[in-house]
Amino acid sequence: MMRDGAIRAFEGRRGRPPSGNFELYSWFFMRLSGVVLLGLAVFHLFWMHMVIGVENIDFAVVVERWKNPLWRLYDLFLLAFALAHGMNGLRIVVDDYVHGPGWAAAVKSVLFVIFVAFLGMGAYIIFTFPLTAAGAALR
Amino acid sequence: MWAWLLHRTTGLGILLFLLLHIFDIFLVAFGPEVFNALLFIYRAWWARVLEVFLLFGVLFHALNGLRLIIQDFWPALWRYERQMILAETIVFVPLFLWGTYVFLKPLFGE
Repeated sequence: MMRDGAIRAFEGRRGRPPSGNFELYSWFFMRLSGVVLLGLAVFHLFWMHMVIGVENIDFAVVVERWKNPLWRLYDLFLLAFALAHGMNGLRIVVDDYVHGPGWAAAVKSVLFVIFVAFLGMGAYIIFTFPLTAAGAALR
Repeated sequence: MWAWLLHRTTGLGILLFLLLHIFDIFLVAFGPEVFNALLFIYRAWWARVLEVFLLFGVLFHALNGLRLIIQDFWPALWRYERQMILAETIVFVPLFLWGTYVFLKPLFGE
């Protein structure tokens, strides 16, 4: 049902014609992650500015926040959805402006490496902090 | 057209900030000295002004994206895009003004 609706909406949309299933899933993912991020990212902004206050943020605030595994889970979801949504958006932009197939493939390969590297950096710190030497030294 | 252009530019801007933000949070791995040393960037008055740009980007991208999703799943509304954008703007303006007030308040020592 949901999928039929998505396909109909996908085919009825304006813009580039669909090409294979990957673009359909990509299109659907952008809508799904968009709605998720509407909650996660906006609340993150609200929380950091209204409850904590950006001027108060320092190392100790991060330690305090990540004592709670639920905040780590929240940050992990925010990281994964935001980065995937943003990098996939950039991939679509590249399709619009980079026309040589060789160039497009090269640029998208670079985007993929950036995506994996930053997802790795973010996930690494969310999972290991304060198990790293620096975090442990603080305790 | 301008909504499409703004959606694209705000998206790219937010992505750029996201990469910076992942990097600065990653720095907690190197301990409090390294992490706190870099925080002067976020304490600067001009950073606060840039954060208002970020707020503009996130709010607009969120509301405009929501409008696109609604229109995609209810295609009849594409005919009323002008009115949809007007409704979006009516929601956006007070939220953005209130957020700007909250973001800039610390600059004036409150």
